[in-house]
Amino acid sequence: MRHAMFWLIVATTAVFALLPAIGGDVGLRESLFLAAIAIILASNLNLMIGYTGYVNFGNIVFFGLGGYFGVWLSAVKGWPLLAAVPAAGVAVSAVALLFGLGILRLRGAYFALATIGINEAVQALVSNLDVWGGSTGIYLSLASYQSLGGARQALWIVYFLVVAVMAASLFLSWRIRNSKFGLGLFAIREDEDAAAVLGVRPATYKAAIYSISGFLPAAAGALFFFKNGVIQPDQAFDLTLSTEAIVMLMLGGQGSVVGAALGAFLYEQFRGYLLTSPMFSDFHLVVAGLLLLLIVLFVPGGLMGWLTQRWPWMRGKLQ
Amino acid sequence: MRTSRKVFAAAILASAILTSGTTSMAAASDTVTIGFTVSETGPLNVDSLAQLHGFELWRDQVNAAGGLKVGNAKYKIKFVTYDDQSKSERVQQLYSRLILQDNADFLFSPYSSNLTATAAIISEQYGKVMLTTGAAEDKTYELGNHGLFQMYTPATHYLSSAMAVIKQKDPKAKVAVAYSDDGFSKAVAGAAKEEAKRLGEPVVLDEAYAPGTTDFGPIINKMISAKADAMVGGGHYADGATLARQMYDQKAPMKFICLLVAPDSPQFASLGDAAVGVAVPSQWEPSAAYKPDFGPDGAAFGKAFKDKFGNEASYHAAGGYAAGLILQHAIEKAGSIDSAKVIQALDATDVSIFYGRVKFATDAQHHGLQIGHEMVLAQWQKKGGQLTKEVVWPAAAQTAPLLYPLH
Amino acid sequence: MFGVLASMVDGVLVGAVYGLAAIGLTLIWGVMDIINLTHGAMVALGMFGLYLLFGHLGLPPYAALFPVAAGGFVLGVVVYWIAVHRVINRPPLMSLLATFAVNMVVIGIGTAVWSTSPYNVAFAVPGITWHGFTFTGAHILAAVVAVLIAAALYLFMRHTRLGKAIRAVASNRQAAELMGIPSHQVLAIAFGLGIGLAAVAGGLIATLFPFTVLSGDDYQLKSFVVTVLGGLGNPAGALLGGVLLGLIEGGVTPFIAVSWTPVIEFALFVVILIAFPQGLFGRRTAR
Repeated sequence: MRHAMFWLIVATTAVFALLPAIGGDVGLRESLFLAAIAIILASNLNLMIGYTGYVNFGNIVFFGLGGYFGVWLSAVKGWPLLAAVPAAGVAVSAVALLFGLGILRLRGAYFALATIGINEAVQALVSNLDVWGGSTGIYLSLASYQSLGGARQALWIVYFLVVAVMAASLFLSWRIRNSKFGLGLFAIREDEDAAAVLGVRPATYKAAIYSISGFLPAAAGALFFFKNGVIQPDQAFDLTLSTEAIVMLMLGGQGSVVGAALGAFLYEQFRGYLLTSPMFSDFHLVVAGLLLLLIVLFVPGGLMGWLTQRWPWMRGKLQ
Repeated sequence: MRTSRKVFAAAILASAILTSGTTSMAAASDTVTIGFTVSETGPLNVDSLAQLHGFELWRDQVNAAGGLKVGNAKYKIKFVTYDDQSKSERVQQLYSRLILQDNADFLFSPYSSNLTATAAIISEQYGKVMLTTGAAEDKTYELGNHGLFQMYTPATHYLSSAMAVIKQKDPKAKVAVAYSDDGFSKAVAGAAKEEAKRLGEPVVLDEAYAPGTTDFGPIINKMISAKADAMVGGGHYADGATLARQMYDQKAPMKFICLLVAPDSPQFASLGDAAVGVAVPSQWEPSAAYKPDFGPDGAAFGKAFKDKFGNEASYHAAGGYAAGLILQHAIEKAGSIDSAKVIQALDATDVSIFYGRVKFATDAQHHGLQIGHEMVLAQWQKKGGQLTKEVVWPAAAQTAPLLYPLH
Repeated sequence: MFGVLASMVDGVLVGAVYGLAAIGLTLIWGVMDIINLTHGAMVALGMFGLYLLFGHLGLPPYAALFPVAAGGFVLGVVVYWIAVHRVINRPPLMSLLATFAVNMVVIGIGTAVWSTSPYNVAFAVPGITWHGFTFTGAHILAAVVAVLIAAALYLFMRHTRLGKAIRAVASNRQAAELMGIPSHQVLAIAFGLGIGLAAVAGGLIATLFPFTVLSGDDYQLKSFVVTVLGGLGNPAGALLGGVLLGLIEGGVTPFIAVSWTPVIEFALFVVILIAFPQGLFGRRTAR
């Protein structure tokens, strides 16, 4: 069981890393880059929604703040990218811990609302922060890419780093799922009060997972905005990206490692296709909305829920 | 159950095909492909679509005349465009796709400075030429790019004529600066404040508002409290139109109002009386009479545009058309569609067209920055019950005297 | 000094409209424990409804509010049976997503039809000028209409059979069913009522400010803030919450840069949510 999952993660990572690299196919790389970012966001969101049962509607705040820390450290403070990215992760995890201690006292829909409030408050605050360029944000000059061998090479390096963060996300999801910590989270998801009686300390567990679930998205944000060349508050804290991550999770099946990844991948490809196809480009939002509605109403377990219902043996192998 | 399994298999197959990166199709040899993204949806779409119309008019006119002349051959122009939704998220993916899959020979920029900076990271890698319209921030040209060429007068010059007007009409006027809290507007407002300081005009209010603001009541009350005589600022269409309407509704006693971008759009007339007297720095006005070295004059362009799209050309539309003309001129000068040669030709460009003079900075720090073009100041006025936009500054280009004071 | 007062009066006027918008949200929340994420889209539809009725059919704006409300009600009932009915007893995530999906569809269609360009309902009501500060007639009327509608809703909930049935279903659905109240019909009506209120609020907002298809989102966020201030699921509290939010906006802006207002607003939102989950005026215990 462990092996199946382990090798699946290794194989996925290898495909992501090698497929565009072999032919030097930049078009494919760009497409997989967005898919990898989506997988990172959905997998880490899964830790909160799927494992713990807490709907983090403002999850994009991790990504955006990570982007700001990363770009600021690398472009303004002159840190090497390889130091700026983990530093962004650590910083955001610390901030998340602070937020978490406050809002994790809330449950259900109240928690969901508070996460939206936090995202909006942080966006408004960053828009006023002159160190981070306020509303103008931070622009990277082409020279920022010189230390990585120029923009062309830098973008490949960033891509491989994102794939590494994606692999780490999948690995983390899988390890937590099979740990004692993970069992505690599931207990909280099923019945928080009962979990407390059974000796799980919900407050500690929730704060820990909230903070952990911010680390890798923050690293991804740092990489994304480094590649993007510009970071501004409205694009960094875009609430629609937040909700899209939830849609991905629902599509694949919350609670499942493979489901989160698969949902993210399929959704991202689907959106990209809708956006560039002449027939649907006006209606991509409508099509995506209808898809989501159908899933919620008729296949609430998502793709993985549906699959494991058909073929129960998959349950053991691929969760 | 069997069918659902088939459907699922098909879905997997389809997704595999979608990702496998369609192999590039070679463009037919007698066409030149120009690729760009358009903000068809999202907050930038009014300005971006006007610009697209300008591009399209140019393309159709060139193709109708037989195509671009390169050496002895004639090339038809083909556009490939995608919707960037006014967001940077997919801009790099789409520009990679334009360059690699759609084999775009030349690029136009997305609308707005930050999307352009994001796209430039891709275009620069392939040494592509990218003409920018609607990327007015100076910053974008200080990042070390080689193939970016700006059609607009940079942001730092937008309000200089407005400040000059205030200086001339009422040197002691108290100025309120209220602007959208986004990069472009902030850069414009920052330069305006410097200019005010230089000219000795007191700035009594300096406020940035969130770009999505819909209620300007509190800001307008602040202007009234500060006893401001003149108001400059704004941002893009939606906020500018709202601000103008609310200043009118709340009877803010301003002698002079100058807003960015919004009043230039013909749509601004839908505000009715609230539009009267509002001025706008404009990259181009239909009535501005520049002597073109080549291409149509302002009147001919304005008429062709109106015939095709049924509305007056805004300066965004003119900028789009002008970008096409300048690219055409450079390609024909270079006698080649090779990017490096066209870049050389663009560097050497110093021409006058219906849109005014166009010349690009060539020094390393500001390569591609527009240094030839100058803006005019236009103002909405009522003539015989009809709202019209008149050029009021500089005196040489004036079509009507400035309405001052408004109250 | 007059400036501060004028700003606060303006804030109260606009706040009443925020309150009306939030009543639609909080009604649905209180009755069926669902956070309705179609709220913003419905507010936007209300704006466009008024725009079309006024601009193309020439109806006076305040008369146009009636068809807008009726249309909103019908749409709400339809949305209930299509999207909400099946998820009502499921975990909160499901109803959040079902309503969000409807939101995507509505906004998607709206964007295709109207694009995201701004629209303006061009009409003006003479206002009142006081020490150089003008309160527009549209603002005053909007506030009056908002308070009237809220009062009508209050009377409806207290004194009609249907209103009582809605309250019964809200407080205990099973007990209500045992009493012979058809709970799903009642829920559908309550949902329709909530959407109708959102649409009317949208219509009123359209008389004040230009708007786009995406403007509803801003009012949805404000409605969240208002709802939290006023107490979740508490319609009377929502109106007070709206006025309070308007007062905060109006009272704070003369002293700080406007760009800080949202920081204060959302920080307050989170803090109140944590410290007073029942809202500032709420007694009702929402789970």
